[in-house]
Order: sequence, then structure tokens, then C-alpha cells
Amino acid sequence: MMMAETDTQIGIKLNPAQEKSRRNRNIAIGLILAALIVLFYAVTIVKLGPSVLNRPL
Amino acid sequence: MTYVKDQSFKQDSLEISIAEPKDYFALLKPRVMYLVVLTALAGIMTAPGHVHGLIGFVSLLAIAVGAGASGALNMWYDADIDAIMTRTRTRPVPSGRITGDQALAFGLILSFASVFTLGLVANWLAASLLAFTIFFYAVIYTMWLKRWTPQNIVIGGAAGAFPPIVGCAAASGSITWDSVILFTIIFLWTPPHFWALAILKSQDYEEAGVPMMPNAKGLDRTRLEILIYSLLLAPVGVLPWLFGFASPVYGVLSIVSGLGFVALAWRVFQRRTGKPADSAAKGLFAYSILYLFLLFGVLVIETAGALILNRLG
Repeated sequence: MMMAETDTQIGIKLNPAQEKSRRNRNIAIGLILAALIVLFYAVTIVKLGPSVLNRPL
Repeated sequence: MTYVKDQSFKQDSLEISIAEPKDYFALLKPRVMYLVVLTALAGIMTAPGHVHGLIGFVSLLAIAVGAGASGALNMWYDADIDAIMTRTRTRPVPSGRITGDQALAFGLILSFASVFTLGLVANWLAASLLAFTIFFYAVIYTMWLKRWTPQNIVIGGAAGAFPPIVGCAAASGSITWDSVILFTIIFLWTPPHFWALAILKSQDYEEAGVPMMPNAKGLDRTRLEILIYSLLLAPVGVLPWLFGFASPVYGVLSIVSGLGFVALAWRVFQRRTGKPADSAAKGLFAYSILYLFLLFGVLVIETAGALILNRLG
């Protein structure tokens, strides 16, 4: 219990503006990464052709 | 293991970013990106052969991001002079919302990502051209020409003129004369466009120590050169029709709008003092943007129209 209290005091405490901007940046990065995953998947299918999905396993 | 009780740093001394996503977007110079998207799209659309829509779209995205990356590198390097000039002092780096290191990292990561994406999705000729464009803008123009010679935006303007060639290479794997004509239009358009603005912001450039034509060679010389470049631009703007990759509608529009460009350049040449001189320069600056959007917009729309009719017929 004592250790846990000490841990919370160590480190940097972000103020509300810093937390808000970090959350917004994280959301933007997440959305961009998700869009890139979809885009690269679609490009792969286009470049290799749809038959790439139709192969014996 | 030592447990450090006394933290020697103060939280206030740490730089914790409060940059929003829109600040990073501003680093990409979005207004320049819109122009790059349109001109690169014209290069893709007028390229010979057929390119899959998705490949064309991702290529366009990579070219736009590459252009944005060079804008971020420009803002990283030019933060000192951007802080002096009224037009640029609210940019993310001089205003303190983004640090120089963050802008540099952002620009480098996007540069590599856009070039490799274009190489993998389209071809490595287009990727090499995009890499050269970024290098030309960030290093040749920003780091060398801009602070050295009043011809900075004449030579550096080549960087802004490359997107149609990169787009054409991405779509066809080759560089065509058509794309070189589109390059030449943007190349000749850049000096009168920028110098019209520089006439209005001459004092800013002087204070920042940037040798733009108006403060380095004088306003009279600038007005003469604006007129000369406008006289060269107007006929070159008609070439897409004369070379057969644009319709007579484009031909008529390019002739009329080219004459308008020359008329406004002539007005800048004649009106040399006071408010009439400022309003002439403002008029040419605004019209120059409209002119380029009109030419490339018509080219894209009529090429897209022909493509759709071809598919239907």
C-alpha cells in the first residue's frame, strides 16, 4: 500500500491541456493507422489479383 | 539499486507537447497540397494507358503526402525567418505549438513513407522522382536558394512543378511530353504568382533577410519580370490543346484566361505607387491561383468525362 502511494507520486503529471492534446493525437494516429491497414490490404488484392484469396490451404 | 528520492528536474522545465492533430496538418502546407493534388491528378489522368483507380488514388495520396512532408521540412528549417514575417509567424513551429525536432521528425518520416509507398504501389521511377522533388524543395530551395539569390523561386519553382510528371510516371511508368508541358505551365506560373505576393510583403522579406526579387532587385524590375513571365505563360497554357491532349473547350478557356493573366500583369506593371499598386498586385495574386485551378481543373474534368464516355460506349 505504501509502495503504491509512492509510485503515484513518481513521474510527470500532465495538466488537462496536455492530456487532451495527447488523447487527440492518439486518436488521429489510430484512425490513420486503421485507414492505412484497409488501404494496403485493398492495394495488395488489386496488385496480386482476387485469385490470391482462392488458393488451396 | 538506488532509489532516487530527490528528483533533480522540475516538471515545468520539461517540454510536453500540446500540439493538436490540426497543428501537424498545418505543417503539411495544406493549401499547397490541394494544388499538388490537382496537378498530379492531371498528370495521372493524361498519362498513356490505363491505371487501376485504387492504384491511381494511392499514388495521388503518396504524392500529396510527399509534398506535405517537404512543407514540414521547410517549416523546420525556416522557423527563424518564419518567426519574423507577419505572414508566417503563426505557423506551428515559430508559434511554439510544435518544436523544431518534432517538425523535422514528422517531415522525414512522411518523406520516407510516401516515397516507399509510391515505389511499392506504383513504380520506382515515380518514387525516385518524388524523392527528388522532396530533396529539391527541402534542400536545394529551402536550405540553399531561398536565402542566397532573388532567383530562388524561379529555380525552386521546379519543385512545385514536378507533381504532373510524378503523377504521369506513377500511372504509366514513363515521362511523356504531355507531362513536361504541364510541368512548364506551373514552372512559368510560379514567378508571377509569388512575386505578386512578394510585392505586397516586400518589407517582411527585407526584415527576414530573404532576397526576394522586390527587396533585392527593386519593385520596377519585379514588375517587368512579372510581365515577361506572364507573356511566356499565356501561350504555354494553350499547348495542351495544341498538342491534342485537351479539348477545344480547354483551348478557348486557356486563351481567354491567359489574356486575362497578361492584362492583370500589365496593370501591375503600370500601377507603381500607393493603393492602386497594391490592389493590382493583390488582383494578380488572386487571379493566378484561379488561373491554375481553372486550367488543371478543366483538364481533369474533361479527361475524366472522356474516360467515362469511353467506358459507357
